[in-house]
Amino acid sequence: MAGVKRSLAVDLGALHLSTPVVIASGCAGTGRELSGLVDLHKVGGLVSRTITVLPRKGASTPRVAETPSGIIWEVGFQNPGLDVFIADELPRLARTGVPVIVSIGGGTLEEFVRLSSALAGCPEVAAIEACLASSDDELARPLLGAHVDRVTEIVGAVSRMSSAPVFAKLPLWGGVLVELAGAAMRADATGVTLGFPPPALGVDIGGLKPSLGGVTGHLAGPALAPLALHAVFEVATAMPGIPIMASGGVRGGDDAVACVLAGATAVQVGTATLIDPTAAVEVATGVARYLKAKNLASPVDIRSRLRVPTAAPAGVREAPAP
Amino acid sequence: MKRARTEILSIRRLGVYRALTLVAPAISEKARPGQFLAIAMPEGREFILRRHVAIHQASRRGGWAGTVEFVIDQGGPGRTWLANAKAHEFLDVVGPLGKPFSHPKRLANCMLVAEGRGAASLYFLAQELLARGKRVDMVIGGETLDAVLKPIEAKRLSQTVTVMTSDGSMGEQGTVIDALPEALERTGAEVLYAVAPAPTLRKIGEICRERRLPAQIAVEERMACGFGLCHSCVVPVARKDGSGFDNLRACVDGPVFNPARVLWDRWLSEEPVLLPTPPGGIPVMREWPGSGETAWRA
Repeated sequence: MAGVKRSLAVDLGALHLSTPVVIASGCAGTGRELSGLVDLHKVGGLVSRTITVLPRKGASTPRVAETPSGIIWEVGFQNPGLDVFIADELPRLARTGVPVIVSIGGGTLEEFVRLSSALAGCPEVAAIEACLASSDDELARPLLGAHVDRVTEIVGAVSRMSSAPVFAKLPLWGGVLVELAGAAMRADATGVTLGFPPPALGVDIGGLKPSLGGVTGHLAGPALAPLALHAVFEVATAMPGIPIMASGGVRGGDDAVACVLAGATAVQVGTATLIDPTAAVEVATGVARYLKAKNLASPVDIRSRLRVPTAAPAGVREAPAP
Repeated sequence: MKRARTEILSIRRLGVYRALTLVAPAISEKARPGQFLAIAMPEGREFILRRHVAIHQASRRGGWAGTVEFVIDQGGPGRTWLANAKAHEFLDVVGPLGKPFSHPKRLANCMLVAEGRGAASLYFLAQELLARGKRVDMVIGGETLDAVLKPIEAKRLSQTVTVMTSDGSMGEQGTVIDALPEALERTGAEVLYAVAPAPTLRKIGEICRERRLPAQIAVEERMACGFGLCHSCVVPVARKDGSGFDNLRACVDGPVFNPARVLWDRWLSEEPVLLPTPPGGIPVMREWPGSGETAWRA
């Protein structure tokens, strides 16, 4: 089978990426930091830090603590606000030559509408990722993205306002993912990002205090990988074919291949970028190596190709009786 | 900023510290005092983040040309792993990172204050200041004699050295804060540099403020990446125009800051995270409710 023309390029709806590997939100800096260290042309795209309408100072320090095979972090959406982002940071991110996916966040419908309408006028925006992991300030609920009604409302509004493809970044906890992803897709999202990492707590026993200044944080890093994989598998099984970006614990090419096998079209690399700035490039190289070894032409060929017993019901699978 | 696979040339024991010398010509070429390195941890372990260490020495000439040196203290899995590394092993290092100390243009009398491992970057700075014909005095300290980093090096580099230890095992008993006002009077210092844990830096900042003494401090805030990506290591710093403050990243906007502009209360606030102790102490349940049975027995 010589002469297979191999390409890493993938399409998530209208979003075309040259490789299926994207640098996750909050790990791509402000456009200045990575350019000296990484050949960004080998990265499929990058997600900006989450932008809110008004500037945010973020959580108190320490904002990060190491845990077994992972970190817990809480930056508290530190960002310069919508206006400064559009004037300053977005052009700089765009100059890297990589598709820029802008992450937007807020606690009210109005904030999401204002963010997406302002970004609709920016040609640099390749896609929008609506981060649905804030608290809901209007309905006084602890987690905005845990309720089907709110996901429908917010993703619907963002999709209508925006000319670019919209991805809903769903929290991995708090709601039934399949229902939430279904709501996002019915509300005209291009796809879903799975997902925002679950809450976590670290304790400094010497100081009798939490390890983070913001008390609780979120778990990230390789420790999160099986959770994210399961989320991708669950949603891809229920809704075959929808564009899914896997996000959680991807460190190497093998992790990315696992995500694609479970049903993702693209993968985001977050914490690994903090450890090794070239991680996203190495993940893409690892995927290419796997495709070559299997003599496949595209990552799409392995998408959702996990071999699961066909007769198996959902839930716990029992061994057949002798 | 360069990323390099560097060979460990040597590891030396310095009291409670370890000094590691790396062969890293591309990094040593650019390294300046106050800057730091980000060292990758081995793969397949449960501690994954890079460790960030201040540069203690960068040699550009002579027999040690092309090497950089850093000092670590004990504690934590990452530093323990580094302390037990062997010569000729390789480390994945990114550096030099951060903004370095700047030199005073006109002022000539420099006071360098360090507690513990912080002295590492100040000895590097002292060499640069001496090369520019400045006068250098030092106040250095630590818990015990073992925790005072290279006191002989301090003597070699400065006009006067005051050593302070908490237990009085070397120099005077006390902290660098106790000795600083007198040392400033005696030496007529015109500018101050300091590296120490944040609470000490705060007190040094207050002393400088009272005396209207220009100062630069290097902070040791906990970092995740060190390249400015994650916004974990922020320090609240007042804007120059007085219009508020910004949470600046210690890794790219620091680690050197002007202590007069750091909002110490905001940065070091120990807000009560556990519930405050009620008057009369914390209630302790001695009996299971309703049962009369004693829950805790001595």
